[in-house]
Parts: sequence; C-alpha cells; structure tokens
Amino acid sequence: MEILLQQLINGVTVGSVYALVALGYTMVYGIIGLINFAHGDVVMIGAMVATTIVVTVVGGNPGGVSTWLLVLGALAAAMPVCMALGWTAERFAYRPLRRAPRLAALITAIGISIIIQNVAMMIWGRNYLSFPHIIQPVVFHVGDARISVLQIIIIVSAALIMGGLYLLVHRTRLGTAMRATAQNREVAGLMGVNINTVISAAFVIGSLLAAVAGVMVAAYYGVAQYTMGFILGLKAFTAAVLGGIGNLAGAMLGGLLLGIIESLGAGYIGDLTNGFFGSNYQDVFSFIVLILVLVFRPSGLLGERIGDRA
Amino acid sequence: MTAGGAHRRDPLPAKVWVGIVLLGGVLAVLPFVLGMAGQGWIRTLNFALIYVMLALGLNVVVGFAGLLDLGYIAFYAVGAYAWAMLASPHFGLHMPFWVILPTGFVLAAIAGALLGAPTLKLRGDYLAIVTLGFGEIVRIFMNNLNAPINITNGPQGINRVDTFRVGEFAFGRSQEILGMRITGPEKYYYLLLFITLVIVFVCARLQHSRIGRAWEAVREDEIAAKAMGINTRNIKLLAFAMGASFGGIAGCMFASMQGFVSPESFSLTESISVLCMVVLGGMGHIPGVILGALLLSVFPELLRAVVIPLQETMFGEVLLDPEAIRMLMFGFALVLVMIFRPEGLWPSALRRRELRTAKEGS
Repeated sequence: MEILLQQLINGVTVGSVYALVALGYTMVYGIIGLINFAHGDVVMIGAMVATTIVVTVVGGNPGGVSTWLLVLGALAAAMPVCMALGWTAERFAYRPLRRAPRLAALITAIGISIIIQNVAMMIWGRNYLSFPHIIQPVVFHVGDARISVLQIIIIVSAALIMGGLYLLVHRTRLGTAMRATAQNREVAGLMGVNINTVISAAFVIGSLLAAVAGVMVAAYYGVAQYTMGFILGLKAFTAAVLGGIGNLAGAMLGGLLLGIIESLGAGYIGDLTNGFFGSNYQDVFSFIVLILVLVFRPSGLLGERIGDRA
Repeated sequence: MTAGGAHRRDPLPAKVWVGIVLLGGVLAVLPFVLGMAGQGWIRTLNFALIYVMLALGLNVVVGFAGLLDLGYIAFYAVGAYAWAMLASPHFGLHMPFWVILPTGFVLAAIAGALLGAPTLKLRGDYLAIVTLGFGEIVRIFMNNLNAPINITNGPQGINRVDTFRVGEFAFGRSQEILGMRITGPEKYYYLLLFITLVIVFVCARLQHSRIGRAWEAVREDEIAAKAMGINTRNIKLLAFAMGASFGGIAGCMFASMQGFVSPESFSLTESISVLCMVVLGGMGHIPGVILGALLLSVFPELLRAVVIPLQETMFGEVLLDPEAIRMLMFGFALVLVMIFRPEGLWPSALRRRELRTAKEGS
C-alpha cells in the first residue's frame, strides 16, 4: 500500500512535467497541425542553460546566494534562450513550409531536432552535467510515503502555470486569436487576426513552458545531457495524444495520467511478471500506451472525433 | 504486363548499352582500385552498399507508399540478430546461409507487418511517431533480454558471429584465387554488390508493377485509391513487409561481415541517417536513393579523413568531433532540402513536375 501511494506521488510529479511539455506540442499541433519534433530538445536546452547557470554560481560562491534567487536566475536565463530558439525554428524552418505536405514539415522538424542536439553537444560535450543540490532535501511523510519539498514545488508551480495558460487562452485577446486560428486559419486571417503573430506566439509560449519543464527535470533528476530531450519529448507527445492532441485540458490530463501509469508500471512490473521484466522496461510503457491509444481511440480521451483527412 | 504484348519495348539504344558495360567494368574493378588507397576504403564501400540496401528498403515504405517510417532500423536489427543467434557460439548454432537468409527475410517481414497492422488507420505524422516508438522498443528489448533468460546477451552484444560461407568458400577470410590474393572485404564487396543488384532489380520491377502503381495511388490520395478498388489495408501492409524484408537482408549481411552485433548499432540516429539518404536522394526514385545512400555513407568517412588532420594543424587539437559535424550536416540537409528542393537531388522527372506544379498551384 505504501508503495502505491509513493508511486502515485512520484507519478504526479513526473506527470506535471510531462503535462507542461505536452502543452507545447498540443498548442502547436492545434494551430498548424505540425508535430514539433524539436520540442523535446527545447526542454533539453532549458535544462542545460539552467544547470550551467547554477553550477557557475554555486561553484564560485557556495552557499552565498539564496536558493530562491538562484532558481529564479536559472529560470530567467533558460526562458529567453528557449523562447528565442522556438521563435527562430518557426520563423526560418517551419514558416516556409506552411503550405507544403505534412511529411515535409515533419522531416524538417526532425532536422531541427538533430541540429539542436548536436549544437548542444558541441557546447556542453557528451557528458552528463550534474545539477547541484541547491534545494534542501526536506521530506514530509504522508502516511508511509514521502514527499519532498522539490516535488511539492514542481507540482504546485506546474499547476499554477497551467492555470495561467488556461486564462491566457480563454480570457485574453491573444487567446481568442489563437483559438480562432486553430479553428480555421484562412477565415481567422480574413477577420483581421495576424496569423504569423499568433503562430509565433504559440511557439514562444510553448518554449517558455519547455524552459520551465527543463529546469524542473534538471533539478528533479539532478542531471542534464544533450540527448535527454528525445525520450522526454516522445513521452510528452504521448501524453498529448493520450489526452487528445490539440486540446489543452487534454494535454494536462494526459501528462498526469502518463506519469502515474509509468511509475505504477515500473513499480509493479517486477511483481506482476515474477521478475521476468524489471523496471528497466519503464520507457516501454509510454510507447505501449501511445500505440494502444492510437489504435483504440486516436482522438484521445478528451479529443473530438475527426475524420481521416482533417 | 508482359514484354511480349502489343506494346513491345524498343530495344535499348547503343549509348545505354555502352553506359551499362562501362558502369559494370567500374563496379567490377572498384575494390582493387580503392584497395591501393587502403583496405579501410573497401570496408567503407561495403558499408555504403549495405546502406544502399537499407535506403532502397526504406524507399519502398517512404518513397513508394508514402508512409513515413522512423523506426526502420529495427528491421535491420531483426536481420542482424537473426544471423547472430543462428550462426555464432552464443547458442552454439552454426546454420548455413540458405537457412538464415530466408529466416532473416521472413522475420523482418513479419516484424514489418506487425508494426504496420496497428498503424494502418493512422495519418502520416502519427505513423511516424509510432514507428519511432517501435524502433526504440526493439532497442530496449535487445538491451535487456539478457536476464533472466539470456537471449540477446544485452548491451555486450553477440561476438564471434560466423562469416558468410558457401560450402567451403568463406567470405570473411583472405585466400589465393588464380594466383591473386583476395582479401575478405574484397570478397564481401562482390557478394554485397550482387545482393544490392538483386534488390535494385526487385525494386525497379515492383515500382512499375500493379503493386507499385497501387502504392503510388495510396501515397497520393488514399481515399481516392480506395474508391478505385485498391485494398489499401493489404497494400500498405505489403509495403511495410517488403521494405522491412530488405532491411532484414541488409542486417544479415551486416552481422556476417562485422562478426559482432550489439544494440548500439541500431540507434535512432541510424534510422534518421537512412531516412536522410532517401529524402536527400529523391523519395521514390531508385537511382536518386542509391546516390543519396552512397553520398551520405562515404561522405562521413571523407569528413573523418579531412576534418581531424585539418583541425590538428589549425588548432593543434580536435575541437569539433567529426561525428557531431556529420549529424549537424544531416540536420541542415534535411531542413534545407525540404525548404528549397523537396524533390531531392536526383528526382524522377515525373515527381519533379508534380511538385513544381503543386507549388505554383497553391
């Protein structure tokens, strides 16, 4: 029983991060119908930049700076870098292909992902960077399970950010323009919406969330490396599909669910299969979930049914 | 359609025959010419041929049928592991090639159909992600299936894999033939060249067959194809199975030539490299795909031969890893080709016309 609760807590923590990344996928997909393959690598850049900042500051002056200032500083460095990256990719790689066949845009996105990874490798090298333990490992006990301060921070801040995004999309002018563009790009343009601005905004906001997620991942797992974005992006994409791609609430739900499924699966697979499969198969779960969802309910949990050629 | 029908083909013009004979001559002596520059280049050439097989196989799926497959290397892995398990001390099996090659072929085809089955209803971009996931699953299993029952020997891979042998004739060893010393890589070159030519022939015949036209119809408009009476389910499954089986054969050859397989050789990077070859060369055009595969497989070796000494003389040390430069160039190649030349370097005339008119039309 205590294992169940513990795995749930871990799952919700990881799931919050997946949800943040999934929002980036789903916003872009909802508006231009592109699977932004490079989104996971934007998360990676966020994690790398934040780690570099923290390592530099802590390394030079251990204990001299307040933890909160340090985290804010790392965020403040990671966010503009990621936003600029997202904007650039859209402006120079995806925009010329907006009318091209879907596969052309997807192949371009794969290219962008390779470019980002290898530039990151040239800058930071192949080794894992370790994120210093700046947040005190204070642990609270919930029944028999334990929850750390860091986990609480991740869950709460992810929830706040998602609330903020919801307000942005449903209460502001930009949000209205985004929803209009998602429904019908041409007509929205005729109604005076600046399509290019809206699409850029979707990329920039998505990259902002990716930066936050990157800082969370680096702090939670304590490491960052140039290939980390790939598997993370794939899982977040699975989360977006699980919830119904193009649907914001769906991405949040999908992220949380996927996090929980994954940690419960990794926790119990050993017992269920008599030790034949171990927790090293953890990454397989998200793929199996993805394939099952696509086969049985391609529109996702909250998505509307759409025709083949939508 | 038979050649003897009402539309008898014109005999090939003499110029084409001269070209074929010249090309044949060049291909026949190529390893000995390259061998003068070093045996390493023959190995590069052999790998280039394996990549040609892979690219042609992926071309069936991506180019002919228009199904973006990002996990193609999984079938290569299936073929390679099939050879490694059936012909190595790992299980103590030493099967002859005429057992293993068909086994690898069939296993890869089954894997292709298995992957295809759940993804048939999906639209192109979802399909890409599912195939990507599939490729990763295969790699994770290869990495972890060493316990509790040791099947793949995990990350260490399988060692001392048998070489390709026909009777007493082993392709991996040097030997004297007619007073000339022929090395293992040189013998492999001819074997690989033969298999590649068979695959090229099969691909070319497939493309202009009833099946090839059905693939093209599915690629251009699946609903219209269905309305014309094409069984789109079967035809897509067939594309997956055919493409995968070529990958399986390439995998068998890889394992026998290398003598060693490990999960490391079958990473996503490899899938993307093969995709780059197909896209860069010209999707759906066999000569273009061959060109793409040759360019992208030989180019990194040239890069390695040039970049490292160049950096050493300029900066005194190796600042930029050639592997990173290679991947970076692949990335830029994908993006730039898609933006400026979506039909690839050497497209078929028809495809180029289609894409050009589509561009003007929109």
